[in-house]
Amino acid sequence: MPEPTRIAVFGGVYSNYLALQAALHDMRRRGVDAVYCLGDLGAFGPHPDRVFPLLREQGVQCIQGNYDNSIGNELADCQCGYTDPRDNHFARLSYQYTLAHTSLVNRAWMRQLPGQLRLRLGRYRLLLCHGSPRKMNEFLWESTTPTHFLEYLAEVHQADVILATHTGIKWHRRLSGDRHFVNVGVLGRPENDGRTNVWYTIVTARPDFHVEFVPVEYDHHRLAAEMRAERLPEEFVQTVLTGWWTTCLEVLPAKERRRGRY
Amino acid sequence: MPMTPLRFANDPSAPLVHLAHLDHLWFQVAGTLCNLECRHCFISCSPRNRSFGFLSLETVRRVLDESVRLGVKEYYFTGGEPFLNRDMVAILELTLRYGPATVLTNGTLFKDEWLERLRRAEEASPYSLEFRVSIDGFTAEQNDPIRGDGAFARALHGVRQLVAHGFLPIITVVRTRDDQDDAELVRGFVELLRANGYDRPRLKVLPILRLGAEAERCRGYREEERVTPEMMDGYDTGQLLCSHSRIVTDRGVYVCPILIEAPDARLGDTLAEALTPYPLRHRACYTCYQYGALCANASSGQRHA
Repeated sequence: MPEPTRIAVFGGVYSNYLALQAALHDMRRRGVDAVYCLGDLGAFGPHPDRVFPLLREQGVQCIQGNYDNSIGNELADCQCGYTDPRDNHFARLSYQYTLAHTSLVNRAWMRQLPGQLRLRLGRYRLLLCHGSPRKMNEFLWESTTPTHFLEYLAEVHQADVILATHTGIKWHRRLSGDRHFVNVGVLGRPENDGRTNVWYTIVTARPDFHVEFVPVEYDHHRLAAEMRAERLPEEFVQTVLTGWWTTCLEVLPAKERRRGRY
Repeated sequence: MPMTPLRFANDPSAPLVHLAHLDHLWFQVAGTLCNLECRHCFISCSPRNRSFGFLSLETVRRVLDESVRLGVKEYYFTGGEPFLNRDMVAILELTLRYGPATVLTNGTLFKDEWLERLRRAEEASPYSLEFRVSIDGFTAEQNDPIRGDGAFARALHGVRQLVAHGFLPIITVVRTRDDQDDAELVRGFVELLRANGYDRPRLKVLPILRLGAEAERCRGYREEERVTPEMMDGYDTGQLLCSHSRIVTDRGVYVCPILIEAPDARLGDTLAEALTPYPLRHRACYTCYQYGALCANASSGQRHA
């Protein structure tokens, strides 16, 4: 098989199987050599088990996020790194629901996922991780991550391109020597900009490196209805319907917080 | 009340913590000089305490340049009161060209023209500028006995100025009573700040550090409040400041912002000299151990859930 030069990458499915379906369909239509998921399959949305058959059918290669590590190992919490009591309250509700509704088989599958993946894309050495190459639940926000820090990570971890997720908001920074950092965004919930779509990323090396962030529309009204039927918090439902984050806000840095409504 | 000694003299059993990476670089930018004289200040800052002096713009520039080579992630500025340093606005403007900046202030000294400049600097930068404003009660009656007469009204005025300039300050609240409930504290502050026109208040609750003025106000550390080798079993040392931070002062580089008055916490003249391991021999290390990621912003994700 020829070496891949065009791949699709996404993170944070958060049980949003409807967005995952729509995104996988879009990737097939556009044509990619392989599909990668950077972790956090559960949380937030309804019916966590519906995500897994879609990933397996499409041959999506997954790495483990902090949520998968927690659910897989049945830990006491999601290791999301919240410090605010309100954020922790909602994180707890979401975690209890997801743990209770994830089958033993899927828990075992998440438990064995690798923490990182390395692959070649054209002439670039890629490192795929969840939070950062050094810590699964480290937040790398655009406005709190200096370029020289990313250069340090690329150097130490011997990568030309680092792909991560975890924060829920996509971004791309060019580094020296044609190296790159890309936060691929998440499929699970909109990114706090008042739009209801979610995002995945297509990364190309033909031969030069190129990043395309792809918006995904899906049936968010149906997702909201299913979340209500499952008695998930109305705050989460509002995020799906409006595109504004209503919880987990205290981990946002100033710039990212200011762009949102709450 | 007898004073508890600041540290165990040469305790050889104190666990040694290696610097995993210099993530957070602190600047004691206003030394120990402050326009307030809070009764719980862990380094006893006051209008008269000149044991540490101001950092100049040139010193900060030299250190920022050194920090690029070390791959530092975030920059924090503290004092004393940083805005007593007349270079403070220029220092923050410069820092925002390197990375994200956070300034810890009592919020009582802002001039509108400074905030206008800082707003422009943040807009021109890809990085966030965070203001952390200290307030210690929902009312003047609660706050002012600790922070001084009129401090409550002046700090709230500062918060309103920041909000008017488009900033979203993080209000830091020290848990000044052992029996205080975090959720209750947060609720009280959210109400107070909303009533003052800050419609999406951000809060950080901090534990008390039983050093400096606080050791006299309430109590110092007890004999059993120290970190022992057994306590390190299975503990994530990434929670400790000394595993990811250093602080630059006008008297050299110290291990962390809490310990600058401990002579043995001075590690060198330059950052490169100050990357050595440090033992958890001080009583305040116990508070850091207990609460974790004490001084960082929530956005750094330094803390485990």
